[in-house]
Amino acid sequence: MSGGQNLPVAEQAGNPRVGEHGALSCGRTLSFSRETRADFDRLLGRYPTKQAALLPTLWLAQREWGWISREAVDYVATLLELAPAFVWGVVTFYTMYNRAPVGKHLIQVCTSISCHLNGAEEVFHECKKRLGGLKTGEVSSDGKFTVVEVECLAQCDKAPAVMVNDDDYFVITKDKLDAFLGGLK
Amino acid sequence: MSGLSPAPPVLLARIGKPNSVSLDSYVADGGYASWKKVLEGVKGGEWTPAKVTDMVKASGLRGRGGAGFPCGMKWTFVPTKEKRGDKPVYLLCNADESEPGTFKDRLLIEKDPHQILEGMMLASFALDVKHAYIYIRGEMVHGAEILDKAVAEAHEKGFLGTDVLGSGVDLTITVHRGAGAYICGEETALIESLEGKRGHPRIKPPFPAVSGAWGCPTVVNNVETLSCVKHIVDRGAEWFKGVGRNEKNTGPKLYCVSGHVEKPGVYEAPTGIPWEELLALAGGVRGGRKLKAVIPGGSSAPMLTAAEIAGVPMDFDGLVAAKSMFGSAGIIVMDETTDIPKAVTNIAKFYAHESCGQCTPCREGTPWLLKMLRRIVNGEGKKSDLDLLLQISNQMGNGMTICVFSDAAIAPVISGITKFRGEFEAYIEKSTKPEFEQKAPTDLTNEIADRKAAGIHS
Ligand SMILES: Cc1cc2nc3c(=O)[nH]c(=O)nc-3n(C[C@H](O)[C@H](O)[C@H](O)COP(=O)(O)O)c2cc1C
Ligand code: SF4
Ligand code: FES
Repeated sequence: MSGGQNLPVAEQAGNPRVGEHGALSCGRTLSFSRETRADFDRLLGRYPTKQAALLPTLWLAQREWGWISREAVDYVATLLELAPAFVWGVVTFYTMYNRAPVGKHLIQVCTSISCHLNGAEEVFHECKKRLGGLKTGEVSSDGKFTVVEVECLAQCDKAPAVMVNDDDYFVITKDKLDAFLGGLK
Repeated sequence: MSGLSPAPPVLLARIGKPNSVSLDSYVADGGYASWKKVLEGVKGGEWTPAKVTDMVKASGLRGRGGAGFPCGMKWTFVPTKEKRGDKPVYLLCNADESEPGTFKDRLLIEKDPHQILEGMMLASFALDVKHAYIYIRGEMVHGAEILDKAVAEAHEKGFLGTDVLGSGVDLTITVHRGAGAYICGEETALIESLEGKRGHPRIKPPFPAVSGAWGCPTVVNNVETLSCVKHIVDRGAEWFKGVGRNEKNTGPKLYCVSGHVEKPGVYEAPTGIPWEELLALAGGVRGGRKLKAVIPGGSSAPMLTAAEIAGVPMDFDGLVAAKSMFGSAGIIVMDETTDIPKAVTNIAKFYAHESCGQCTPCREGTPWLLKMLRRIVNGEGKKSDLDLLLQISNQMGNGMTICVFSDAAIAPVISGITKFRGEFEAYIEKSTKPEFEQKAPTDLTNEIADRKAAGIHS
């Protein structure tokens, strides 16, 4: 195989790539802080295989960097001796691993059936409207807000249910929206 | 005494008490007495794993996670020591609770975690498990923290660890967080996810009891099921059997009532409480309105009209007889103001979003159902759409797929259209494009694309 011209630029230029299977790499190295590394080491003892620590390790990565970048994927893959493509496949299967940076307040509005019966769609749309016409998943210009739609949060008795980062908010009806959004500093 | 007479709550007995999550308060209320009793009786042969399993079998306990499979019988499917050799047995507590309309496990996790742990300890003893896992859905962040703390406390006080209370029994429990995927509640998807993979259900057989997590015998039980085990060992199988409508529908049960009721919430009642009594517990239909329909077992259950649910015993066999299912006991109440086509479309959205994508009928079918339903409620439905929806649905069910998700996805569509066809037809009559062949609307694609483009949540 000679087709040098078809190789990606980074490789042609001889730039080193991260990880053993560099296909997905972006070329920048990341590593966990000392505390996170200690948490990671503790994780490994809880499972019979290294691979089983993948979901919790991705949680650690998200805690550390706020979202899961390609670099983070490479790093986690190296830590757990997995292929980056495999790790990326897992990241994309689950909704809670952010694949782009999110606002300081990640507002997750449930629009499943019990919340739907209590006006959730309107709350979802109104929420984006009151934040200056924010699109789903977009970060507001001040970096404070991202709004997404999620499925049932197992809080159906308190519909419409909303989750902001790790916290639960209940009965967020349209008329309570201003107070709710105002409370998020 | 009727097994249906109201009794003081058992599963919810400690909810609302101050600091109900702490080990000390649990012990003060008599918690871990069964675990101690069993461990103290091990050396003298008074308590054996078989004895616990037999109690659970005799109690008639059926799984509270959705399928209603007899718990004790499932446990006996685990191969004996001679057959399984060196392979460990795993117990997985299914705390993935994601079925729309279901929120009972969350209450148990957040308010009485030691009840679940004690149930897991007793089940682990019965099954010779040395390492048990709790798979908790990613969204229950605080629930996972509470469980983590409870496990740490139980280790500290010697209820977990090596040679627990000098009995020679070893047991560790690990809390494992999911990361957002409904399908991971399906037991084999849960196992895949625990192993660090995408949550793709496995082809069965082999069943997990024979080959589950890491290829080892594995029992998956729901949070509420395991909580019941604790009380069965506390009070005896006869007590459990005495609560409930008949010997196939036994024990105290948690009912999640949501939607258009005055007091939505989790209610504990004997298994098989009649529909009217359950509705009364939840304060009746909101604003004195009339009842239109009920989804009685989480969004996967066929909906029943007000007439169909009248007098139905709310349990596994009562709801099967009414041609629906008890599922996760997530009871979604819809009053006369409910727009059924919109409600069905909403449920279809859930399944289109949550299909794991392995099987063609499910991966392709769920978005198609949603597209067609969307165009109907958006006023662009065609006359032939309703029959086409039913036809597609029929091609998605009946064992065409690896797991029963696909059957769940069509239940609301089929039941909604057959029982409320007039409401769908009313939309189509007003349709702006009733006759012509048309492209699939961009609406769904927009929304999923919206989520995808955002790159953070798809
Ligand atoms: C699509 C799907 C989702 C499920 N979700 C859950 C769930 O969130 N929690 C649960 O306990 N069981 C769930 N189940 C049922 C499990 O597969 C399994 O039957 C159950 O956890 C066994 O526990 P049990 O016998 O104690 O009920 C689900 C099943 C399917 C097909
Ligand atoms: S039926 Fe659907 S959810 Fe189940 S395995 Fe097939 S594609 Fe996945
Ligand atoms: S439907 Fe919204 S929390 Fe369950």
